[in-house]
Amino acid sequence: MKARDHDGLSRRGFLAAAGGGAVLAATITIVPLDANADVASTKKAVAAITGGKETKSGRIKIKAPQIAENGRVVPLTMSVESPMTDSDYVKSLHVFVQNNPNPDVASFHFTPDCGAAHVSFRCRMGQTSPVIALAEMSDGTFYQTDVNVKVTIGGCGG
Amino acid sequence: MAKARLKVPKKAKKGDIITVKSLISHPMETGQRKDKKGNKIPRKIINNVVCNYNGKKVLESNWAPAISANPYLAFNLRASESGTVEVIWTDDDGSKTTQSAKITVS
Repeated sequence: MKARDHDGLSRRGFLAAAGGGAVLAATITIVPLDANADVASTKKAVAAITGGKETKSGRIKIKAPQIAENGRVVPLTMSVESPMTDSDYVKSLHVFVQNNPNPDVASFHFTPDCGAAHVSFRCRMGQTSPVIALAEMSDGTFYQTDVNVKVTIGGCGG
Repeated sequence: MAKARLKVPKKAKKGDIITVKSLISHPMETGQRKDKKGNKIPRKIINNVVCNYNGKKVLESNWAPAISANPYLAFNLRASESGTVEVIWTDDDGSKTTQSAKITVS
C-alpha cells in the first residue's frame, strides 16, 4: 500500500515536472521569436514608406478602445493636427497593427480640400497589439504614434 | 453589386468642415481563412476607395485585408460649393460601386 502510494506520487510528480518543463520551453522559444518577427515586419513596412527618415512623435491622436472584446471589429478614429492649407497639409496617414499576420491596415491620402485630416474606420486585430499611425506631411516630415489595444477574441480567422 | 450608403449633410455654410460617413456591405474575405475541407478561401476585399467632390478627388484610401467586413469610413471635407459628393469603392476583381449625395452650400 505504502509502496503504491509512493509510486503514484512520484509518477505524478514526474509528469507535472515534464509538463511544466514543456510549457516553459514553449514560452521561451516561441513567444519572443514571434514578437520579434512582428516588430521587424512592422518596422520594415514603416521604413518602406519613410525611406529610412526619422519619425517625430506627436500631432497624431488615436481614439481606440483599451480593450477590444471582439477583434473582428475594432473601431478606430485618428486625426492629425494640421492647418490643411495648400502649403501645409497632411499628405497621408498609414495605419499598422503590429501583431497581425500582415501589419498593413490602411493608407489614407488627404488633400487640402479635406479641411481636416480625420478618419474613422473599423479594423481587424488577431491579438493584443500596438496600433501604429504614421503621418506624412506635405513638407516631407513624418510623425508616428502608437496605442496598445488589448484583444479578447482575435478576428483574423484561422 | 454591393449595397452602399453615403451620408452627407444636406446644407452647409461655405468654409464649414463637414463629416462624410460611408458604409458598404462587403465580406472583406482576408484570404487567410480556410473552409471545412482545409482549402484556403481566396482573398476578396475592397482595396481602394476614392471620394470626389464635384469631380475633383479629395480623398483616396488603400485598404488591406485587416479592414473589417462591411467597411465603415468617416472623413472630413471642406464645403466650398454646392454639388455632389461621390464615393467609389473598388473590389479586388475590379468591379466598382459608386454612391453619391448632394450638398447645398450657402
